Amino acid sequence: MILEARALAFGYPGRRIAQGLELALHAGEVLCVLGPNGGGKTTLFRTLLGLQPALAGELVLGGKPFAALSRREVAHRLAYVPQDHAPEYAFTVREVALMGRAARVGLFGAPDARDVAAADAALAALGIAPLAERPYTEVSGGERQLALLARALAQEPLALVLDEPTANLDFGNQVRVLRYIRQLADRGLAVVFSTHHPDEAFHGASHALLLARDGTLRYGAPEIVITAENLQAVYGVGVKVARVNGTLVCVPEFQEGAAAEPRFPRS
Amino acid sequence: MTRSPRATTFLAGIALAALAAIALTLGEVPLSPRELLGALASLFEPGETADQATQIVWQIRAPRIAAALLVGAALAAAGTAYQGMFRNALVSPDILGVSAGAAAGAVLAIFFSQDALTIQIAAFIGGLAAVALAYAVASAARRHDPGLALVLSGVVIGSLLGAVVALVKTLADPLNQLPPITFWLLGSLASVAPLDLALALPLVAVGLIPLWLLRWRMNLLALDDDEARSLGVPVTAMRLAVVSAATLMTAACVAISGVIGWVGLLIPHAARLVAGPEFSRLLPLAMLFGAAFLLVVDTVCRTATSIELPPGVVTALVGTPAFLVLLLRARRGWT
Repeated sequence: MILEARALAFGYPGRRIAQGLELALHAGEVLCVLGPNGGGKTTLFRTLLGLQPALAGELVLGGKPFAALSRREVAHRLAYVPQDHAPEYAFTVREVALMGRAARVGLFGAPDARDVAAADAALAALGIAPLAERPYTEVSGGERQLALLARALAQEPLALVLDEPTANLDFGNQVRVLRYIRQLADRGLAVVFSTHHPDEAFHGASHALLLARDGTLRYGAPEIVITAENLQAVYGVGVKVARVNGTLVCVPEFQEGAAAEPRFPRS
Repeated sequence: MTRSPRATTFLAGIALAALAAIALTLGEVPLSPRELLGALASLFEPGETADQATQIVWQIRAPRIAAALLVGAALAAAGTAYQGMFRNALVSPDILGVSAGAAAGAVLAIFFSQDALTIQIAAFIGGLAAVALAYAVASAARRHDPGLALVLSGVVIGSLLGAVVALVKTLADPLNQLPPITFWLLGSLASVAPLDLALALPLVAVGLIPLWLLRWRMNLLALDDDEARSLGVPVTAMRLAVVSAATLMTAACVAISGVIGWVGLLIPHAARLVAGPEFSRLLPLAMLFGAAFLLVVDTVCRTATSIELPPGVVTALVGTPAFLVLLLRARRGWT
């Protein structure tokens, strides 16, 4: 068991978003987190990363309760891949990947040859080794996402948390990033990622978590959680879930019926 | 980049030494290279009576040149640290109010007719107090982004202290007090004595130690707070360490030289163009550039005209167009 949540409640003091979350993620498993804008995905991720305290319940990471781990120890086990961002300074792609070694470099130290080798191995695993000397500010959005993923791999964690890794990417890069996620899980990582595309839950995820704005949690195997009924309840639009070439896909309803009059829920 | 970063830093160090040697020969009494060498060699022959060239070099020019090197290097180091930490290339060492606090302290001490050492101590303490206040206010404002809150409270406190300075200028005796106040506010290295250097140098060194020890980790402060924390960096503690170090260095400099703007804003940019943003490569080069820049500026100030020019005016005259060039040619992200 790598990542476990027991009766977890998350939110802010005075504003509880959801409670009673039970998660259990083993090596090689992938959890896809879905939910509407403002539904609490970011808050859940910040809680999972130890960036804000859980309101109740317990988080266990690699067999140890989160509360007993220092920030450095958490970083040894859990790596975070933020959404693609525009950085202020032109660090090279290798320098970005090397930052993943921060928790393994002494407080006053600098990365040594082993750290550089780990960063280079991460770049090579994601196929962006040729970009190592390029400024991070000048590569494409997809390449930046891979550089951030390389930084997370250089951390040598047990689990990855990715915040909307396919947002802002073109279609080809979305598929590539999802394939990398599946490959990383096959190599023994546990992965949690969020997305706005329910289809992605069917692309290699072993679990899905659907957050609703009212705090209802739906958690389980993707085929169980991502149903027409649940998507309608959470997103308020009519959806059909159909099987194409053996894979489930979500097809929104545009003509008759439930989606005829779009309503935009308050966010 | 064609040269290795280490070679670039080495070349910049040699160029700086050459500039310092040239600066030693320039002044009211120009010295020939032979006279300069003789004066420098006399350091190793303590028994001899010092000739005129030796006296000029060691008693007049060397302390002032050393002050220019120290202040230039320290302001550039503090600016480099702040620009990385605040993720903003438009930040200067006095963003948190250290210069405004030092100015208020010095101006009040001049107003109450204190001696030179007291004025310096008042400036130093004023600088530290202003930043401590800004930091305390920002820490209390928990609902805001910590970096932004720090900059905003620094700007507000700086502006309050600016009003204190303006008030004292209005009340000051226009004949005896206003000229030293104006002189101090524009900065000057003319009256830096060896004792001032002996006081400022250890303070600058103490400020530099954490920056140098944390030199690789400084890069991580350029990330989002959440990102840096997830990489295992204790962001709040590190930010406090950097603010303390940069404030100590800047306050020590302002106390002996007055307010000399632009060095801490412009020089980190120039060094970043050459060395890139990686802090452990950037810091030494920025310090060498800062030392060289202020040395050239101060040499111009003392030799260009028959009166002393204030270095703050010259750095602004040079800095504004140089900065505009950097701003216009910057593409995405500061290189």
